[in-house]
Amino acid sequence: MDSVATDVAIQFRNVAYELSGGRELLHDVNLEIYRGETLVLLGRSGSGKTTTLKLVNRLLSPTSGDVLVNGRSVRDWNVIRLRRMIGYVIQDIGLFPHYTVERNIGLVPRIENWPAHKVHQRVLELLALVGLDSGLASRYPRELSGGQRQRVGVARALGADPPFLLMDEPFGALDPITRAELQKELAALQARLKKTVVFVTHDLHEALLLATRIVLLEEGRIVAIQSPQEFLSSKDPLTSAYVAAFGAGDCWKPERGAS
Amino acid sequence: MSLWHFVAQNRLELLQLILEHIWLVGVSMFFAVLLGIPLGILVTRWPVLNRPILGGANIIQTIPSLALFGFLLPAPWFGERADRMAIFALTLYALLPLIRNTYAGINGVDHAIVEAARGMGLTDRQLLIQVQLPLALGVIIAGVRVATVISIGLATIAAAIGAGGLGEYIFRGLAMVSNQVILAGAIPAALLALLVDFTLGWLEKRLTR
Repeated sequence: MDSVATDVAIQFRNVAYELSGGRELLHDVNLEIYRGETLVLLGRSGSGKTTTLKLVNRLLSPTSGDVLVNGRSVRDWNVIRLRRMIGYVIQDIGLFPHYTVERNIGLVPRIENWPAHKVHQRVLELLALVGLDSGLASRYPRELSGGQRQRVGVARALGADPPFLLMDEPFGALDPITRAELQKELAALQARLKKTVVFVTHDLHEALLLATRIVLLEEGRIVAIQSPQEFLSSKDPLTSAYVAAFGAGDCWKPERGAS
Repeated sequence: MSLWHFVAQNRLELLQLILEHIWLVGVSMFFAVLLGIPLGILVTRWPVLNRPILGGANIIQTIPSLALFGFLLPAPWFGERADRMAIFALTLYALLPLIRNTYAGINGVDHAIVEAARGMGLTDRQLLIQVQLPLALGVIIAGVRVATVISIGLATIAAAIGAGGLGEYIFRGLAMVSNQVILAGAIPAALLALLVDFTLGWLEKRLTR
């Protein structure tokens, strides 16, 4: 498994993204994301985190430079194939209100033409994986609590077992207790599943808990790429400003045996 | 002669006029839905078409109905039969609420839901059929409801060009200066409109919950 650690899964090459009005949201982004790691994009609002994320599943296309997934430019991928191997979780969740939990989670397997019993089996498997009772399968999203909905969102993203997972502030709208619970569960889940995860957040605690590496973005530029340990001890002014803002230097204790 | 008297005496004719009326409205709504909903979808896909299509439907709406029926009289195929003309005109009038509500319904679907669906790798067609149309259904049916109720009212004017329907009694009553005869056409038309409004309103609620 050691050789896998340096296998590049997603690569940003001199990527810029500009709005049609000429405002540049991303500037010369170079980034390699390794297979199986959880890369956290950290930064304040408007720093370009979400833009970076959407370039991976081509919800946005770079105005210059290139994004490579599995060594192939996203431009050359069939966009539907590309997206179906990338699970996507967003803060507003975007569950389909007219579908039951089961249909929401089973959507991608279903449109991938899995046989019905396999889809059903997969749904039950995923409900268990995200810690939800199988009795919830027939409920509608509006009948769930915020935390349950977000779990369904994660389960749906994992539907067809995609090797990649993009998460855009998935826990941002949750209360602190539920959020902490879901963060821990995600960390445990990821330790088992070893997906390539790109996670967007502005919450340093969340970043420190989940990240293999943290990418700090500021005004569309990458300021630093560091491990959580390096991030905390960094002398870089922007990084230490972020750490100071969260008072994280004192309270964060490494929980995982990161080597 | 009282209204009841008139209705009792002419019940077969009245029934026939009601059926004619339903036929005119039903057929024109069928064509309007067939045309209006796809046009509404088209406008959401290509916003460039917004102006010509919605603008066009808007202009049709401003033509006085009697004038539109008149315009159609010399038209080659339509002018031959009055019910063809009436159905064509009613279809045109029903288009605007249908196009506009389809457009508004689809565009009104929560952005996060559409984004999530795209991100999951739904094709445009899957997005439309599995997500956007079902979620827009309530608004679209509201459009059908408005269009149908308007059509039932407008169809009374079709009698002016001899297309039949409950307008027959209204125009006859006007000519005879008889309120009873006018009411014998107007009341069933109003009841028909209320019935349709109620039924489609119920359907709208059921489907959107």
